[in-house]
Amino acid sequence: MKRLVLTITVLTSVLIATPALACGGLVNPNGTVALLKTTTFVGYVQGVEHYVTSFEYAGGGAEFGSIIPLPGVPTDVKRAGDWTLQRLVQEVTPVVQETNAFTAADASKSVEARVLLETTIDALDITILEGGGDSVGAWAKDNGFALTPDAPEVLDFYASRSPIFMAARFDPVKAARRDQQVGDGTPIHLTIPTPNPWVPLRILGLGLGDQARVEADVFLLTEGVPEMLPAPVKGADRGMILERSEPASELLLSDLRSDKGMEWLPAKDMWFSYLRIDTKAGSLQHDLAIDATGSGTPSPVAAGLEVVQGLVELPAPLDWRSLWLGVSMAVLLVAYLLGRRSLWSA
Amino acid sequence: MVRLASGLAAVATAGLLWPTGEQVRVIEVDIEHSAFEPARITVERGEKVRFVVRNYDPIDHEFLIGDEQTQEIHEKGTETYHGDRPGELSIAAQEVAETTYVFTQETDLIFGCHLPSHYDYGMRGEIIVEE
Repeated sequence: MKRLVLTITVLTSVLIATPALACGGLVNPNGTVALLKTTTFVGYVQGVEHYVTSFEYAGGGAEFGSIIPLPGVPTDVKRAGDWTLQRLVQEVTPVVQETNAFTAADASKSVEARVLLETTIDALDITILEGGGDSVGAWAKDNGFALTPDAPEVLDFYASRSPIFMAARFDPVKAARRDQQVGDGTPIHLTIPTPNPWVPLRILGLGLGDQARVEADVFLLTEGVPEMLPAPVKGADRGMILERSEPASELLLSDLRSDKGMEWLPAKDMWFSYLRIDTKAGSLQHDLAIDATGSGTPSPVAAGLEVVQGLVELPAPLDWRSLWLGVSMAVLLVAYLLGRRSLWSA
Repeated sequence: MVRLASGLAAVATAGLLWPTGEQVRVIEVDIEHSAFEPARITVERGEKVRFVVRNYDPIDHEFLIGDEQTQEIHEKGTETYHGDRPGELSIAAQEVAETTYVFTQETDLIFGCHLPSHYDYGMRGEIIVEE
């Protein structure tokens, strides 16, 4: 594999119109806890992706869950730094800042989903799953999640490319024990070796209905001008719009590198891109593929534009304990999606 | 775990003979990705049909036959399980269920799933009742 160092940061935050429309894939529609915002940051270097996402606690007494498709099997899942995501948001929101801005804290369908990793971060119970769409859906159902009617198709869509999913569920009892307040975010950091980085976009429309509007901000940080598929359009009003494409400032990189666990980010010579997603959920039938091979040709399969034929080749089993202690990973990624969901009038 | 009966050899248009000598037509309906297949079924008035509904999805579904008014009632209803009345089924994830229905009415009917948001998602089909 070519060792093109690619750093992509995708920070995603999704605002939910109703509790039942919580972001990600799995939601308990009868619950009183809503996933108000999910923020994700991904990094990739020499075949290793760093994925940072944050869940905001919305209170209530029930559990809720969310699922995020992953491009590979994580070797580590831990709590992320407290303000990396906020700093990226600030980078694209150059308004007057508060003084405390930085201190805030298929596999075969017949095979059952395999739990690769379980961990708890603050009040979030996180499970990394391997399996086909049906088996992951069955696991979710057996574990108290409710899936929207579009979930079977969407899970199959992702499982055909990568049978790895992360299920995250806020435990309100643990949250109460921790005195977690509404709006408190829990950032997590996944390290994912993968030769094919991609940013899940279609999942943002899960459960919304075709006419619902999906808004998201996607930020990429790469060592060069990234090749993306589908290619974002400059100056468009709707769709996937390329708002900014420029060298990343050393101040931004320095700020990001100074957060906990962010030392893997290169200190300079990075390229910053900002994409804005504004489309109907029914039109968002793809993901965002980024070329990491140096060939300049992002994979249409990784973008979800081509169907994978045959079974997905599963990653080799991992020795979690050794990996857990393992070395720092490379860099990658960078994707930050800031998504807001609200219903569009049809 | 998938528990779909692999031995269901009934063909959509096959006819079975009940012990009473009554002719019963078997129609198989598959559910995958929250969609019925077939989504359009034609029957003859007075015909007795045994529906074998297989749910390949990892989520539960329903198969409820009725006219528009009946579908509206189901959409607003609170019944969590169907299976006691002819033409009404709850099918658990990756399960198979059967119901028998006699088409005595003159009007065409609808079959649908009324679990939250499923009907709006498009989980419905039509039954054309021919003379």
